[in-house]
Amino acid sequence: MSTTPFNQTLDRLRDTRFWKSIFRRGPARTNRTRSLAIFGNIFLHILPVKVREKSLRARATYYLGSFSFFLFVVLSITGALLMLYYHPATPQAYRDMKDLRFVVSNGVFLRNLHRLAAQAMVLAVFWHMFHVFYRGGYRPPHEFNWVVGVVLLLLTLFLSYTGYLLPWDQLAFWAITVGTNIISAMPVLGKQVRFQLLGGNLVGENALLRFYVLHCVVLPLLAVVFIAVHFWRIQKDGGLTVPEDDERKN
Amino acid sequence: MSEKTDYEAGLGSNALKNPQRIVFITKKTSAKVKGDVGKQLMSYPHVILREAIAFQLLVIAMVLVALLWDAPLEQLANPLLTPNPAKAPWYFLGLQELLHYFPPLVAGIIIPTLVVVGLIVIPYFNVNIQGKPLWATNPAGRLRVVIATLAALVIVLSVFRAWTVLVPTFVIGGLLLFSYPAPSGDRNSGQFLGSRPISWWVMTWFIVVALTLTLVGTFFRGPGWSWVWPWSSHGA
Repeated sequence: MSTTPFNQTLDRLRDTRFWKSIFRRGPARTNRTRSLAIFGNIFLHILPVKVREKSLRARATYYLGSFSFFLFVVLSITGALLMLYYHPATPQAYRDMKDLRFVVSNGVFLRNLHRLAAQAMVLAVFWHMFHVFYRGGYRPPHEFNWVVGVVLLLLTLFLSYTGYLLPWDQLAFWAITVGTNIISAMPVLGKQVRFQLLGGNLVGENALLRFYVLHCVVLPLLAVVFIAVHFWRIQKDGGLTVPEDDERKN
Repeated sequence: MSEKTDYEAGLGSNALKNPQRIVFITKKTSAKVKGDVGKQLMSYPHVILREAIAFQLLVIAMVLVALLWDAPLEQLANPLLTPNPAKAPWYFLGLQELLHYFPPLVAGIIIPTLVVVGLIVIPYFNVNIQGKPLWATNPAGRLRVVIATLAALVIVLSVFRAWTVLVPTFVIGGLLLFSYPAPSGDRNSGQFLGSRPISWWVMTWFIVVALTLTLVGTFFRGPGWSWVWPWSSHGA
C-alpha cells in the first residue's frame, strides 16, 4: 500500500507518539482502527462507522446534503472575515461595502464568495429536500429527521433573508421592507411581531442591528445545533434509505 | 470452568433470603433483521475521502464563479425613494407573486403556514409511507374526487385571476387525468405516471407551481408588478 516516499513518510508520522496522542490511534490499517477513526474523533463520531455501498452511489444523494453543509462552512468562514470589515450601523454599513470594493484587499472576492455561497445554499437545501422526498427518505424510521430538515430549511431561508439587509443599499432596504410588510398581515399579533423584529415601525438602524445579531450569532448557532442533530440521526436511524427500486437493480 | 468464583448460583423464592439476581441467557434472542443490508463499506476512508473530494470540487467551482460574477451593490438605502417594482429576495418572489393575486392574509400568512405544516406532516401519514399508486384501488371513485378537486382549484384560481398558478395547475392536472388507466386495459400508456402515488402528484404540483411563480416573479415582472418580457424592458 505505502509505496511512494510520501506515503512512507505519512505512515511513519502516524506511528509517532505525537500523532497517536492527537488522534488516539495509529495508522488505520485494520477495520478496528478504521472504526476508531470515526468514533474516536469528536467531529466524526456522529457519522456511522459503516455505510451501505448502495447509499454511497452518486444517484443516492448527489451529495446534496453534503454540499448544503459545505456551503454553510464556506459561509461561516467568509462571514467571519466579512465581520472584520463591517459595522452594523447606518450609513456606515454601506460605506463598509464601498470599502470592501475599493480599499480592502480581495474585498470584492470575499463578498462575491459569501453572496454566491448564500444563494447556492438556498438552492442546495431546496434540491436536497425534493430529492429526499422523491427517494422516499422521509419514511420510518426517518420521520423526525425529515422534520429537523424542514427546520433547517426555514433556518437557511431566515439566514439568507437577514443577511440580505446588511449591505444597507436600496436593494436590501426595499427587499426587507416588502418582506416584513407581509408579517403585518398576520391576524392579532402581526403589528407587534413586525415591531419586535425591526425594533421599530420602519426598517432603520435598530432593524439593521437586530438582523445583524440574528444573522451572525443566533441563527448560525441554531443551525449548528440542528445540523448536528440531523447528521447524528442519520446514524441512529440506521443509515440512508435505499428505495426498493434500487435494491432490485442491485 | 474450574476457576473458583466468589459467588455461587442458587434458587429461592424468598427475595430477602436470597437477594441475588439471576440472568438467563438463552439462544436466539437477537433482534430480527429485516432483509439483507447488502455490502457495507467502512466510513473511513470511503465516505471521508468522497466528502473531501466533493468539498474541494465545490470550493474550486465557487472560487471560479466568485472571481467572474460580482455581487450587486446599489445606491445607499433611501426610505424616500421607492424603486418600482420593489422586489424581495428571489426565493420569496413566488410569495410576492401570490400577493399580487390574493389578499395579504391568504398569500403572506395562510399559504406559507400551510406549506410548512404540510411538509412537516408528510412522514406521519400512512398513505405517504405506503406510496401505493393513486389508481391502484377504486379508480372510478378516485377519478371523481380528482375531477372535483381540480374543478374547485380551477374555479378559485380563475375567480382570483391567478393565471401564473392556473397554467401549471392545468399542466399537472392534465397529466394526472392522462395517467388514468384506459378502460380497454391498455396500461402501457403512461406507465410511469400511472404508478405514481398521491404524495408524488401533490409534491410535483407544488414544485412546478413554486418554480413557475419564482421564475415569473424574477424575470417577468416590471413596474407596478405588470407583465414584462425580460429581453424588452430596461426600465425595471
